[in-house]
Amino acid sequence: MTLVDARPRSAAIRSAVPGKRRKRPFTLPLVLLVLFLIYSVAPVWWLFVSSTKNLSDLYQSFGLWFAHWNFFANVRETLTYDNGVFGQWMWNSVLYATAGAAGATLIATAAGYGLAKFRFRGRGLVFAITVGSSLLPGALLAMPMYLLFSKIGLVGTIWSVLIPYFVNPFSVYLGRVYADGSVPDELLEAARLDGASELRIFTRISLRLMTTGAVTIFILNFIAIWNNFFLPLFMLNGERTFPVILGLYSWNEQLLESQGDMTNLVITGSLLSIIPLAVFMISLQRYWRSGVLLGSIK
Amino acid sequence: MSVVDDAPPARRGAASRAWTAPGWAFNLPYLLGFLAVYVAPVGYAIWQSTHQEKRSGLGFGAPKVVFTGFQNFSQVLGDGAFWTSLLRVVAVAAVEIPVVLGLALVLALLLDVVKSRLARYFRVAFLVPYMVPIVVATLVWLYLYSPVASPLVAAFHGLNFFTPVTTYLSIGNVLVWAQIGFNMILFAAALQAIPGDLFEAARLDGAGEPRIAWSIKIPAVRPVLVLTGMFSIIGMLQLFTEPQILRQLAPQAISMDFTPMQSIYAAGFSANNYDYAAAMSVVLAVVTGILAFVFYRITNRRTVL
Repeated sequence: MTLVDARPRSAAIRSAVPGKRRKRPFTLPLVLLVLFLIYSVAPVWWLFVSSTKNLSDLYQSFGLWFAHWNFFANVRETLTYDNGVFGQWMWNSVLYATAGAAGATLIATAAGYGLAKFRFRGRGLVFAITVGSSLLPGALLAMPMYLLFSKIGLVGTIWSVLIPYFVNPFSVYLGRVYADGSVPDELLEAARLDGASELRIFTRISLRLMTTGAVTIFILNFIAIWNNFFLPLFMLNGERTFPVILGLYSWNEQLLESQGDMTNLVITGSLLSIIPLAVFMISLQRYWRSGVLLGSIK
Repeated sequence: MSVVDDAPPARRGAASRAWTAPGWAFNLPYLLGFLAVYVAPVGYAIWQSTHQEKRSGLGFGAPKVVFTGFQNFSQVLGDGAFWTSLLRVVAVAAVEIPVVLGLALVLALLLDVVKSRLARYFRVAFLVPYMVPIVVATLVWLYLYSPVASPLVAAFHGLNFFTPVTTYLSIGNVLVWAQIGFNMILFAAALQAIPGDLFEAARLDGAGEPRIAWSIKIPAVRPVLVLTGMFSIIGMLQLFTEPQILRQLAPQAISMDFTPMQSIYAAGFSANNYDYAAAMSVVLAVVTGILAFVFYRITNRRTVL
């Protein structure tokens, strides 16, 4: 009786509210949003416009609009400078980010699955250090890690960056959340009764059910590694092993120290270095956003 | 250890023992890695910070590493430059974090009011800075601050971005620009999770949009605000990349030991004084821990009230 009564009333409210909504003035919020949009986008617009200019236009023409179109000449110069070192840097970034994220994903999904689906002695402790260490300031570890790695001869090799990238406590936490949510216990029990080994159950059943979570973990690690400056700065010393981020930094350092003007190389290189990451992030937005939100809300 | 175990094996009987080992096995790669890149460096930093490399008598022969106890630490504690750099990042954080979180929250609230189709375009545009790596973002701003090629300097009639005062604004601006979009997404998601009937009820009671924002929306994003605040504090105390790159343009305004992490980097790689760098790392970690804990206590007490 009360249910029937309630329905028309709430329907009346609903129809009344949008009517009210349409009348609300949006001018002030819109103006503020547009101002902020300009602030967010203008520097990237400047970067794009500047990458299309030759050196003299860069210094003399208006910064936020085009002058003579010199984009492809800039790209060619960037890619061929110093025997194509820029291409090597881009390749290094792709390699480090892909291999590092793949390793981190594999380790984190396995560990998260172990934490979510098995009861074992010390499980609480493992989980506690996982949560606790994601609060630890990561950069503080870099100096002692560098010293340890130089003792065993790892500094300067690809492993000096990959090994730290492989271990990501926050990803383990995400892995646990995803395993909890997507792998039903009944399915595991059934597979065990059929005599499947634990490894086989993990690779054939659980990993497939956790695909969405694994993809999210992969993307978050890929972005973090692509953007990482600190670890390569400490660990890598040969210019040919730099990721693109560190390479641009070293170019800019040379630029300000030496006589030759490399400004257009740094600018064009900066633009080129954003493109793979932006394409990657926009096309997989659904995944990384869900992962970020999961991490922040839980 | 057994205290934290939430399911003692005994309860499940012998059958459960079969799946105790796999739990460890699945965690083994992670735990080995954790030992290598977390436990070992922390242990080594503590060991190193209590030792010093000493050369005997005339400086001939191999240097000897000797235990010096608290000596490195007392040197750090008496190091004026280190404390200045620490105070500097605390001051920058005290302004920058409220500005970033406040602006991000305002933007999220504004986006919540405008039409949803329009909001989607804004949201993508606000995320543009998040897609730019920090190093590239700092390089772009470095050029925008530089007197030669910048439309900003032209627009402000030769404004100097690296006076003792504007240096802080210049660094702060890079941080704000890079961080707002991401924080806004977090707040926007928390706002979308609020059940819609709360707003209907508030409107029926005659609450306007500002009142709804203040009394319903802001309390709802509080947990996210506290968490992002916590991570911001930890991140800001390690401030390194932005000043290190801007330093290329303005070495007079931004010194080698402008932030604690820069001091550590300089002590390690320029002076090769690794023991001292390790001691500074430990002190910075302790200070970070204390500040994060204080922040946690303050924000939690307010929740209760």
